[in-house]
Amino acid sequence: MIRLNDLKISYRIGSRVIDAVDGVSLTIPEGCIVGIAGESGSGKSTLMKAIYGDIQAPMYISRGSIDYGFKGSDGKPVTTANIRDEWFKTISYVPQSSMNSLNPVIRIGKQFTDFPGTDRDKKRVLERATAFLGKLGLPAEVMTSYPHQLSGGMRQRVMIGLATFFQPGLIIADEPTTALDVVVQKEILMLLMELQEEMNNTILVVSHDMGVHYQVTHKMLIMYAGKVVEYGDTESVFADPQHAYTKMLIDSLPTIGDDSMRGVMASAAGAGGDRAFGVGTGLVEVKPNHFVSLANETAGVPA
Amino acid sequence: MTLILKTENLNKVYRRGGLMGGKSISALNEVNITVESDKPVVIAVVGESGSGKTTLAKTLLRLETPTSGRAIVYDTVVAGSGATPSKRDFLGLVQPIFQNPFEAFSRYRPVDAYLHETARRVAGLDEAQADRAVDEALKNVGLNYDEIRGKYTGQFSGGELQRISVARALIPQPKLIIADEPVSMIDASRRMIIINLFKRLRDEAGRSFLYITHDLATAYYISDYVAVMNKGQVVEFGPARAVMSNPSHAYTRLLLDSIPTTKSRWRPRVSRAG
Repeated sequence: MIRLNDLKISYRIGSRVIDAVDGVSLTIPEGCIVGIAGESGSGKSTLMKAIYGDIQAPMYISRGSIDYGFKGSDGKPVTTANIRDEWFKTISYVPQSSMNSLNPVIRIGKQFTDFPGTDRDKKRVLERATAFLGKLGLPAEVMTSYPHQLSGGMRQRVMIGLATFFQPGLIIADEPTTALDVVVQKEILMLLMELQEEMNNTILVVSHDMGVHYQVTHKMLIMYAGKVVEYGDTESVFADPQHAYTKMLIDSLPTIGDDSMRGVMASAAGAGGDRAFGVGTGLVEVKPNHFVSLANETAGVPA
Repeated sequence: MTLILKTENLNKVYRRGGLMGGKSISALNEVNITVESDKPVVIAVVGESGSGKTTLAKTLLRLETPTSGRAIVYDTVVAGSGATPSKRDFLGLVQPIFQNPFEAFSRYRPVDAYLHETARRVAGLDEAQADRAVDEALKNVGLNYDEIRGKYTGQFSGGELQRISVARALIPQPKLIIADEPVSMIDASRRMIIINLFKRLRDEAGRSFLYITHDLATAYYISDYVAVMNKGQVVEFGPARAVMSNPSHAYTRLLLDSIPTTKSRWRPRVSRAG
């Protein structure tokens, strides 16, 4: 469980302070995949960085706190101050365009044994890693290959392998499939879902693609202008979106076989002069497990 | 009927490795597409990476020479044997839009300089005419010249910059615009602006588009024709709606089944947490 208490994250640039995440309070339960959606600049990545504990100047927590309801590998409760010790032990991160994050001059096998938190016995780690990658559909030769010898989809599988090999309780994945084709994307997402069901850990997935969110997540978190405007069970959010911005996101892309163009028109209207969605302060539970920021919601909503 | 695009047994073989015993890869394998229409059209080319989509675009843009076969755009042979137009004539007929607008323009040069240069060099206009042409083209994509003048790439969003790329491509009044993954670098909530712009330019300005993408949903929305490519071959080609609502090739079905929709799930999702 992760609890965000009135969290505000700012960047200090010269004498100016920019609030990227502005007063977010919510609880992320254990054992579920949470999708985070919102346009660039809405604060998604900043929030993910803060939860991961990668807080470096000019970014800082200007108000509130994050409670991690789990213990680290040394048995002590995890806090923002000591979370770095848990990186790639109980918490892992799959960065954007992560298939290019593998070290190009080191063989894949070495990248598994190089982790600080690994077992000292390299041979045992290698054997386990080979077996683990085998489960992800990668042949044993991958361990002795360099990243450039693998296709994009294979590299992405390796990255997911690296992120899940230590059975972390929390995985943060920033756009894990954006650079991939639909066919490979589906394979990777199916793999992620299977692994999550097996390990029953918490995964936070940032994506622009509402289709990906619908397929993969248990809960959805919609961000807009540094605030969370909607948070709830995926089923409920998609079946009955409460905030105008969420509605626009769900309707914004055309679907095959739907000739009505209803969604396309909605997005075209919203896209021109947007940044006009109303955002209230704090979330209200409108249905069980479905929260929305309601204040001034109708102000400036595109027709 | 106008012959908008025709490829005749187009082949492109890349050789890898030494003189002897190298490996050849067929990036385009006997590609035959014919699109004839009275009205301008949008032709989508879909497929996975490595399927040959970009090689097809590069061949039509004369950035690659085909190994054999030829390509015809609006009754002019543009690639392969018998390709005669001069560079300027060619660029007046076919114009590109690239995937990443931040890479298409230099960071160290104001973007309107590119538009001006296209107007001067390709369209052959004088200074005053070029100014008007740039202004006109920017208006066409919903932008204002005064707001663009003297600015650099870092001062625009990806969507704005991509619209500027479209404006640049419009200046020589080309018949066909080849757009290689034009929206994949743009925010999902802004993609439809570009897609709808293509649609409007087709209907109002009479431009045809070759829209290369792996996003089948937008291809369905905008295209008149679709070519599905796999491993260098066109496995299915025809009117977009017909192909995508009733695919006959297994590969097309695989592509369509892999789209994450919000209508039905691949795997049940039960929210177990309270």
